[in-house]
Amino acid sequence: MFFGFLFELREAKVPVSLKEFLVLMDAMRLNVAAYSVEDFYYLARTALVKDERHLDKFDLVFGHYFKGLEAPADATPAIPAEWLKALGEKLLTDEEKKQIEAMGGWAKLMETLQERLNEQKGRHEGGKKWIGTAGTSPYGAHGYNPEGVRIGQEEGRNSRAVKVWDKREFRNLDDRIELGTRNIKVALRRLRQFAREGADLELDLDDTIRSTARNAGWLDLKLVRERRNAVKVLLLLDIGGSMDGHIRTCAELFSAASTEFKHLSSFYFHNCPYEALWPDANRRRVEHMSTLEILRTYDPSYKLIFVGDASMSPYEIDEPGASVEHFNDESGAVWMGRLLAAYPKAIWLNPVPERYWGGTMSIGMMRTLMGERMFPLTLEGLDRAMRRLTR
Amino acid sequence: MARFDGTESYIATEDLRVAVNAAVALERPLLVKGEPGTGKTILAHEIAKALGKDLIAWHIKSTTKAQQGLYEYDAVTRLRDGQLGDPKVADIGNYIVQGKLWQAFTADVAPVLLIDEIDKADIEFPNDLLLELDRMEFYVYETRETVKAKHRPVVIITSNNEKELPDAFLRRCFFHYIRFPDRDTMTKIVDVHYPGLQKALLREALTVFYDVREVPGLKKKPSTSELLDWIKLLMVEDVSPETLRQRDPAKLIPPLHGALLKNEQDVHLFERLAFLNRRERG
Repeated sequence: MFFGFLFELREAKVPVSLKEFLVLMDAMRLNVAAYSVEDFYYLARTALVKDERHLDKFDLVFGHYFKGLEAPADATPAIPAEWLKALGEKLLTDEEKKQIEAMGGWAKLMETLQERLNEQKGRHEGGKKWIGTAGTSPYGAHGYNPEGVRIGQEEGRNSRAVKVWDKREFRNLDDRIELGTRNIKVALRRLRQFAREGADLELDLDDTIRSTARNAGWLDLKLVRERRNAVKVLLLLDIGGSMDGHIRTCAELFSAASTEFKHLSSFYFHNCPYEALWPDANRRRVEHMSTLEILRTYDPSYKLIFVGDASMSPYEIDEPGASVEHFNDESGAVWMGRLLAAYPKAIWLNPVPERYWGGTMSIGMMRTLMGERMFPLTLEGLDRAMRRLTR
Repeated sequence: MARFDGTESYIATEDLRVAVNAAVALERPLLVKGEPGTGKTILAHEIAKALGKDLIAWHIKSTTKAQQGLYEYDAVTRLRDGQLGDPKVADIGNYIVQGKLWQAFTADVAPVLLIDEIDKADIEFPNDLLLELDRMEFYVYETRETVKAKHRPVVIITSNNEKELPDAFLRRCFFHYIRFPDRDTMTKIVDVHYPGLQKALLREALTVFYDVREVPGLKKKPSTSELLDWIKLLMVEDVSPETLRQRDPAKLIPPLHGALLKNEQDVHLFERLAFLNRRERG
C-alpha cells in the first residue's frame, strides 16, 4: 500500500523511515483519517515529516504521487521573474526586445519556460528545445539565442566575470558535513574561552571539605558554576563566483565552527563586504541586513572572521560604484575599515594557497587592509589564525 | 474514543486536529513547533480540557537533566538523616523523589503530559528519554523496581527550534508545525478571547498588526499572544477604530506599541522609518 509514495519521498530527500511508514499504516487502520483526502494528507504529513524544512518537499511529492485525487501542488521550481527581466533589459538590444515581443512578450516567454521545466526530466546539452547548455533554445546557459534565458550555469566561464548572473547557485553552506571536520574542530578549539556561567551545578570538592570541617563535621555542600565556552564569533563568508572551487573547504569550516561555538553568527557577502550583508545566501535577493546594523548589534567582544578568496578586480575594493552586484556609494575599503574598527580581533581566512597570493593584486590589497592578518585556509593556517585571534 | 476538536477558547485548524487525534489514537508523543507565541504550550492545556484529563507539565530549562523527569535520589537528605540517627534512613525508598514522568505513568487515569520547550535542554536530553517515551517504562536502580505506565499518557512536546532534535527521537513522534494564523483564523481566535469586541476595531487592529509583521528587519515579529495583549490594551484605553485608521506616515509607530514591539531595536527601527518618512514629505 503506497510503497511507491515512501520511495518517492525518500528520493526527494525527505528522511522517512519504515518505522514511520508503519505508524502511518497503523493510524489508517485505526481510522484516524476518516475517508477524506485532506485528512489523509494531514495524517501522512504529521506522521512522516518531522521538520518544517521538509514540508515543502513533502507537499510536492504528495501532489505528484496522488495526482488525480486532489493535488493542488505546483511542481515547478520558482524562478524569480524580476532578475530574469533585469537580465533581459541589461543585455538585449532594442531590436532583440522587439523579437521577444513577437514571441508574445516576457509573460509568454516565462510561461513557455515553466512548461518546459515541467516536461524536462534530466540534464540536457545541445539541441534547440530543451533547457540545457550550449544550444539555441531560448532557455539555458552559454546559448546563442538573442532572447536566451540563462539558468544555473555551473561555474563562471571566467573566474573574473564582470557580472555574475547565476543567482541560483548561491546555496547556503551545508553545515551537516561531519566527515573531515574533526581536525578543523581541534584547531578551532584554540579559540575557546572558558568562563563560569549559569547556575551553580558542579560540586566544588575543595570548598565542600573546607566548609564541612568548619561546620564541625556536618555536611556543607558547596557548588560552583559549570565552565562553558564563552567566545563569540561573527563569521562573514564570501559566496558565489570565484569561491565555487572552494565550496567544500568552506562548508567543512562552517560545519565545524557551528558546532564548536555557541555564540556564532554568520553572514554572507560577494567578493567584498559593502553596506549590506545577507543572513541567508539563498534569500539574498529578498533579505539583507545593513552592515551598520550588524555593527550595532554585535558588540566589540565578538571575534570577526572573514572567509574569502579576496580575488576580484581591484576596483571592487577601492572605488565606489565598482561592485559587480549593485551600485555601492562607498568603496569596499571604507566598509572594511568600519568593520575592522568595530571589531579589533579580526582575521581573514583565504582558501587560495598562500604561494599564489602574490599573483593577484586584490589579495595584496586586502592583506594590507587587514594589517597582514590573512591566513590560508589550511589546518596549519587555521592554527596560526586562532593563535593570532587569542593574542 | 474521545476526539479533539478544539475548545471554546482554542481554535484548532483541521491539520492540527488530525495530528492531535493521531497522537492520541496511536499513543505516541506529538512534537509541536512554531513561532513563539502561536499557542504551543496552551495547546496541551486545551487538549487536557477537551479530553477531560489532568495535565502534568514539565517545563524544561537549560539545566534540566532527563533523569529528573524520572526520579531523583535525594542523597543529601539521607546523609543528614543518617547523621541525626533518623530510623527512616534504613529504607532508601524514602529518599526517591518522583519526577513528572513517573507521576504521569502511575496516574489512575492517563493524563496529558506536557514536556515544554525541549530544545532548551542539553543536546543529549531527547536521546536520554528515547526508551522511556517509547516503552513508557523505566528502571529505578536504587529500589530495583520497574515503573511501567498503567495507561500511556498523551505526551505533547513543544520546541522553539533552538536546537536540532536527534532523528531517532523524531522518528518516535508525530510532528506538527503551527503555521502563523492567517487573517480569518486570527479573527476567529480574537473572537474567542474577546467576544464583544467591536468589528471595526478588530479589523483596524488586525490591519495594523499584519502591517507591523510585514516590516522587514524586525528582530521579534509580534505574534498571536502579543496581538491579544495589545487588543486588550486598546479596549482598556478605549482607543477608537478611527485612531487606528489614521495612516499618517509620520506616526508610523502604532499606539500602545509596547505590547507589540518587545525589543528596543525594533522600536528604534520604527522611529527611524517614521523619521525618514517625515523627511521625505518635508
